[in-house]
Amino acid sequence: MSKFRKKGSKGQPAISTAALPDIVFMLLFFFMVTTVMRETSLKVINVTPKATEVEKLERKSLVSYIYIGKPIKALQGAFGTAPRIQLNDAFKTKEDIFQFVEMEKDERDEAERNMITWSLKVDQETKMGIVTDVKQELRKANALKINYSTKKTDKIVN
Amino acid sequence: MAKREISEINAGSMADIAFLLLIFFLVTTTMDTDTGLVRRLPPVLDEIQDPPPIKQRNIFEILVNANDQLLVEGEYIQVTELRAKAKEFIKSNPSFPMVSDATNASNPNMPEFKMEEVPVFGNMLVSKQIISLQNDNGTTYEMYIKVQNELVGAYNELRNELALQKFGKSYDELVQQSGSSESIEEKVKAIKKIYPQRISEAEPKKIGS
Repeated sequence: MSKFRKKGSKGQPAISTAALPDIVFMLLFFFMVTTVMRETSLKVINVTPKATEVEKLERKSLVSYIYIGKPIKALQGAFGTAPRIQLNDAFKTKEDIFQFVEMEKDERDEAERNMITWSLKVDQETKMGIVTDVKQELRKANALKINYSTKKTDKIVN
Repeated sequence: MAKREISEINAGSMADIAFLLLIFFLVTTTMDTDTGLVRRLPPVLDEIQDPPPIKQRNIFEILVNANDQLLVEGEYIQVTELRAKAKEFIKSNPSFPMVSDATNASNPNMPEFKMEEVPVFGNMLVSKQIISLQNDNGTTYEMYIKVQNELVGAYNELRNELALQKFGKSYDELVQQSGSSESIEEKVKAIKKIYPQRISEAEPKKIGS
């Protein structure tokens, strides 16, 4: 009995925190590696519709984005509320799409130029007129592999 | 000279610095993976060609107007009913499988069938179905995606049913495993051949509005 009592009287040793930095660093590196910084800042309101039959977009480096929607609140004073096309960081018209496609193709390796997916990020309230115009321009520029960006949902409603 | 002891750098605050960085990356990280409906646009034709004649009965006609209303094969329906209707049309049923041109005589609104060479299965009757989609300039994008989604869903469900029936695995599973063996790849091709995705989009007109 006395043996135990002696040990107990010493008090519990503090938990060593020496390994804490290592653990934190491990987490840090994980997030550093997985982080993708936003390349463009959105200038249009962009709420993509929901769908059930979605596929994942593979190979981010081979995806180019085209945003369509109303200008955000802060820009509505200058640009109005009609839906607009955003390419990279600026509002563009549909006539600029051909040049945009060529520039995006130039950035990639020659072998991968035909594998680029053009992701259309269109706000759900947009009317089809402007979307069709963009699609026709993409056809003219021979950018045929497109992807309607949608969020996954389990069920669609009327 | 007195020997000066090199004092150790205090590493106690390293954890704090690491935490700071960690929190920064935690906040800036966006984990969302991009998802969407994949489509292929038809290439531009050099000269205007006459479209090949297609019999009306082989076409599943979908019209969407500016008020987001659906007219399918002349009937006004809700978007939630579209999937079942499309499935019925795509699958239909060759009523006279022995007749070489198998005209699906019992039901004049259903598509015709054609004998085709299909891998794995050999000769099979394949439906000549085409889905034609026409929307208005005033249709909302949300509605357009819903219709697209239902059509893709109809094809996917039919492919899954067929794969389950013939191979005991769903079509999605087959596609996932298709990289590993050639025989599975053949099966995927066979199912694609029986239910090919034929969605034709007409140039939009101004209907109504």
